[in-house]
Amino acid sequence: MSHHIVETRHLKHVYADGTMALKDVSFRIEHGESVGIIGANGAGKSTLLLHLNGYLRATSGDIIIGDGQLTKESLTVIRRTVGMVFQDPDDQLFMPTVYDDVAFGPINQGLSPAEVEARVSEALSRVEADELRDKPPYHLSGGEKKRIAIATVLSMRPEILVLDEPTNGLDPYARRQLIALLKAFHHTRIVTSHDLDMVLELCERTIVLHEGKVMADGPTLEIFQDDALLNTCRLEKPFAMQGCPICAPCRRPFPEQTPLIEPHSSRPHDHDH
Amino acid sequence: MLAIDGSFLDFKQLDLLALRQTAIHRLDPRAKLLTTLCFIVCVVSFDKYEISAMLPFLIYPTALVAVGDLPAGYILRKVLIVIPFALMIGLFNPIFDRQVIMQFGAFDIWGGWVSCLSILTRAILTASAAIILVATTGFPAICEALEKLKMPQPFAVQLLFLYRYIFVLTDEGVRTARARQLRTFGRRGLGIRHFGSLAGHLLLRTWERAERIHMAMLARGFSGEVHSRRRQSHFGKQDLLFTVCWVILFILLRLYNAPQLLGSLFTGDL
Repeated sequence: MSHHIVETRHLKHVYADGTMALKDVSFRIEHGESVGIIGANGAGKSTLLLHLNGYLRATSGDIIIGDGQLTKESLTVIRRTVGMVFQDPDDQLFMPTVYDDVAFGPINQGLSPAEVEARVSEALSRVEADELRDKPPYHLSGGEKKRIAIATVLSMRPEILVLDEPTNGLDPYARRQLIALLKAFHHTRIVTSHDLDMVLELCERTIVLHEGKVMADGPTLEIFQDDALLNTCRLEKPFAMQGCPICAPCRRPFPEQTPLIEPHSSRPHDHDH
Repeated sequence: MLAIDGSFLDFKQLDLLALRQTAIHRLDPRAKLLTTLCFIVCVVSFDKYEISAMLPFLIYPTALVAVGDLPAGYILRKVLIVIPFALMIGLFNPIFDRQVIMQFGAFDIWGGWVSCLSILTRAILTASAAIILVATTGFPAICEALEKLKMPQPFAVQLLFLYRYIFVLTDEGVRTARARQLRTFGRRGLGIRHFGSLAGHLLLRTWERAERIHMAMLARGFSGEVHSRRRQSHFGKQDLLFTVCWVILFILLRLYNAPQLLGSLFTGDL
């Protein structure tokens, strides 16, 4: 596959109970791009992700991964191309040891034992977790679990990485570590998250979903400067783009709320930014 | 609830024990599995009033704890968890079975008491053998051994998944129970009705999780067969020696009442 593109055309999905999760979603993600998909709860992010490796089938519309359309026949190839990291690492790590888990994908691809071993070692060192290889998953901390979950996908050498809420439930240090790790990847990356600061840092482009439709699609910085758009989509600016809470409290989505810290005109501006 | 919480956490300790490297740990899992099975069958097949003939079987757990460098106190505590269940089974024996089968000084001893004690002895012996098996072998290796001994793969995979998710599920259960407890203020809450919906929720959550796990498996090319890494192990001479010696000892101990023989040796009744 020469071009690792991901494209959806008028994607629509209606669940069996009649809920219309996706109304009309079209976008094209080029090779090597890093794209954030953001939106309120129930905007359709998870449903969209589940389409990208063929777990859910579109009610109508097309999905193009690489050179070809996603069909029943191309499913195996597509699942090899698109590495999907789920939100809860406990769902992703189901084998008795870390090694077995990371080896699960390569073994299913039918690789030789030596090749499997090489892939596992490579993936584990990529996420800096070599020393965890023989541990059972429930002995790991949240941050370690997350990194191993990523390793289980890396070992399949996917061209496109799809991550659902990667920083969810991590402590600040583990979050930093993960962001640094993801930044170093050269895959085409698609990330959904409510952690808008992470999106700002990791993705040069952002797609905003609202009620099953694409509300905006453009450079991340521009999108986060559009207050009206963020308001309609029940989002807000990343904290990094909000004002300093001491000298200039930002405009909040709920103006009637008193700011967390009262602005103090008399307070000398004695802090660094 | 906290007690259950604690005891499950402790099972992780069992896993860590399995990582040790002693002569017992290095044996092929199949050898330990077969020996343990034979041990359990021998112990369970004793007559319902038998106690004394079972006691020599203690040598197996004792020897393995010693050679396998296992913390005896810890294993004992794990075994104690099983006792209440065994007691529940034997509890009514003294009530229903009042036939006097022996006399101890001026006391008549009912058959029920003896059979209850016999059940307890069996429970202690079999539970300790099983726990020692896990502590010296590790659960995944046992599943693999079962598979090599021709158990169908779906069962082995089922066991592995059970082992993997029992921690996650008990965690969820404990959290739910805690949330309920914190809002009942020492009263009974809504009683048994309440527990119905609680259990129902737990089932639904488990179902959803199973779906997500399946999704994660499909995403990594799962096609119906779980290939796990084959640990390099072959059934060698030591394994054979270990199994055969123990099995012969168990059969002998099962056929002859060793304490009685020993006793009659001293009293000269042989």
